[in-house]
Amino acid sequence: MRDNIVEIHDVHYSVSDRPIFSGLSMTIPRGRITAIMGPSGTGKTTLLRLMTGQIRPDSGQILYDGLDVSNLSRSELYNLRLKMGMLFQNGALLTDLDVFENVAFPLREHTRLPESLLRHIVLTKLQAVGLRGAASLSPTELSGGMGRRVALARAMATDPEMLIYDEPFAGLDPISMGMIVRLVRQMNYALGITSVVVSHDVEELSILADMSYLISGGKVVASGSFVELKDHQSEIVNQFMNGLADGPVPFHYPAPDYFEQLLADLPW
Amino acid sequence: MRATRTIEMSTGLFVLLGFAALFFLVTQITNRELSADGSGYEVEARFENVGSLKVGAAVSMAGVTVGRVKSIKFDQSVYKAVVKMRINSSYDKIPSDSDASIMTSGLLGGQYVGITAGGAEEYLKQGSQIALVQDALVLENLINQLAASFSKKGADDSSTAAPPKPEEKK
Amino acid sequence: MMFLRELAQNFREFISAVGDSSLFLLRLLGHVPRAFMRPRLVIEQLYNTGALSLVIIMICGLFIGMVIGLQGYDVLQRFGAEDSLGVGAALGLLKELGPVVTALLFAGRAGTSLAAEIGLMRATDQLAAMQMMAVDPMLRVATPRFIGGVLAMPLLTVIFIAIGLFGVQLVAVQQLGVESASFWSQMRSSVGLDDVMEGVIKSCVFGMACSLIAVHEGYTAVATAEGVGRATTRTVVVSAVLILILDYMLTALML
Repeated sequence: MRDNIVEIHDVHYSVSDRPIFSGLSMTIPRGRITAIMGPSGTGKTTLLRLMTGQIRPDSGQILYDGLDVSNLSRSELYNLRLKMGMLFQNGALLTDLDVFENVAFPLREHTRLPESLLRHIVLTKLQAVGLRGAASLSPTELSGGMGRRVALARAMATDPEMLIYDEPFAGLDPISMGMIVRLVRQMNYALGITSVVVSHDVEELSILADMSYLISGGKVVASGSFVELKDHQSEIVNQFMNGLADGPVPFHYPAPDYFEQLLADLPW
Repeated sequence: MRATRTIEMSTGLFVLLGFAALFFLVTQITNRELSADGSGYEVEARFENVGSLKVGAAVSMAGVTVGRVKSIKFDQSVYKAVVKMRINSSYDKIPSDSDASIMTSGLLGGQYVGITAGGAEEYLKQGSQIALVQDALVLENLINQLAASFSKKGADDSSTAAPPKPEEKK
Repeated sequence: MMFLRELAQNFREFISAVGDSSLFLLRLLGHVPRAFMRPRLVIEQLYNTGALSLVIIMICGLFIGMVIGLQGYDVLQRFGAEDSLGVGAALGLLKELGPVVTALLFAGRAGTSLAAEIGLMRATDQLAAMQMMAVDPMLRVATPRFIGGVLAMPLLTVIFIAIGLFGVQLVAVQQLGVESASFWSQMRSSVGLDDVMEGVIKSCVFGMACSLIAVHEGYTAVATAEGVGRATTRTVVVSAVLILILDYMLTALML
């Protein structure tokens, strides 16, 4: 068993001439909670897509358990995805199914379990996230936090080795946030699931993550434990970790000289 | 799960309704006899002039459509038009000495082939030829005939009648 | 000059859109056999596109039939040919009005619903979530809906025509006094099975076209609110134009 479940080597990726990653490298250790942080727009979601084989890098390697993710055939890729669970930013529950059916979805699609066993599994997963009583509700009736918990139950349904959380805390109230934090920890400690959390919520991540990566400008600019990052020398890391308004990520969007623009004969 | 019972029932009803409608259309509004092109037997007739008869025109007896014109061709060896007709197989007792004329439907209507029954004991069958034919009436010929008969009558009158008495001219 | 450049650009986009749709169609068709192994999904979609469109199809069919009855009678009366109303109505409905109007109504009601549904699934990441769960959205979402539309269209068309004829009959015989016997007998003697077949074939082709466009627009919609809105509008517009173009081509082919 490798120590690192995911290895990313020198990945380059651009979208229509705009480079998103130029030489990104990182490793995700097995069985731990790893955080990926960065300012908005650095391509964290794109990174998740690369990791799960939804898109291919222009160059570089992405290995999952030693397998090159971008070179797999369709069926091999699907087999791989069964080992990963992903929690999307907005839950992404299927709106035409109720909560129970949403959690049951991956099981119905990939297994031929008898109905009674399936029912047990689904109810157990819902119990783990505290929503067993909501099994008959429809996704539109759930609050944001509840929806995300159901999505977590669904991601857990096939007992994956790795769980990826894409901005799990975004837009949640403190109570819901606390619930998610507790669940992420539980999944990791109780079941040994490797967790990758993409977020920019420095506060929550500081109590949650074993180690973190900070991405900016298409590369990893810092990595290590939270303490190490907090005291990091680099300016960008400092700006990010301390929430400074101005720094390497400028406050002002590039614009012509203020004085000149005010006095000139421009429409605005 | 949504009420799948309702969904299945409604879909079933929908499909049945669709087939019922199709059934209705096919059986109630089509003439099944003549729609099948395959059945029937072929006879032919030769005309000097077919006028404006078209392929697909009706072939009728006593005003009832018994068949269709299948093809109209020109035979160079006898310089006549050969009209092949397909007669519905249920009309198999047409005497072999019947005659075929090209008629016009109404005053300005399309032309069709009218068959008048003869008295023979043998009947038309596949490949038979109708010997007695009457060509289409062509308007120009009619007018010419009429004009010719007028002038002929005039000549007859002037040759056989007495010259007009001089007294009458006074 | 700019106008020409824009035109060339639009033309290029048009060509690539056609190519894109054709490839999409091939992928859909490839999934059809496996989609039939999940009959529950297909039935649900047949219900969504077909059964739910029944009411609008039937109402419109009835009224179109009644209008044909009124107008047809009025026009034919000038030539003393009222008895031909049945024939004219039947042939018109069977060959043209039935397939075309049903297809247009379908595009408006079922087509937009399909496009919006799939577009919304795209916008809320549901399709991506399915892919992450190793479920092929083409197989689970797109193909059943496509099949549902293709199967529903001929059924809807036939129902439309039948109800339309009923509407004609209602006006002509009941209201205007055309003789029922001659109405139906004239129809019977002049309408053939090949005319019915023509209508059914057209409706099948239209069904494939409309379903393809709706599913494709939804599947490739931009993942925003305006994106979904644009997808639904395009579904109706492109469907309408394509229906009429195909109608001409099919009519010329089958005549």
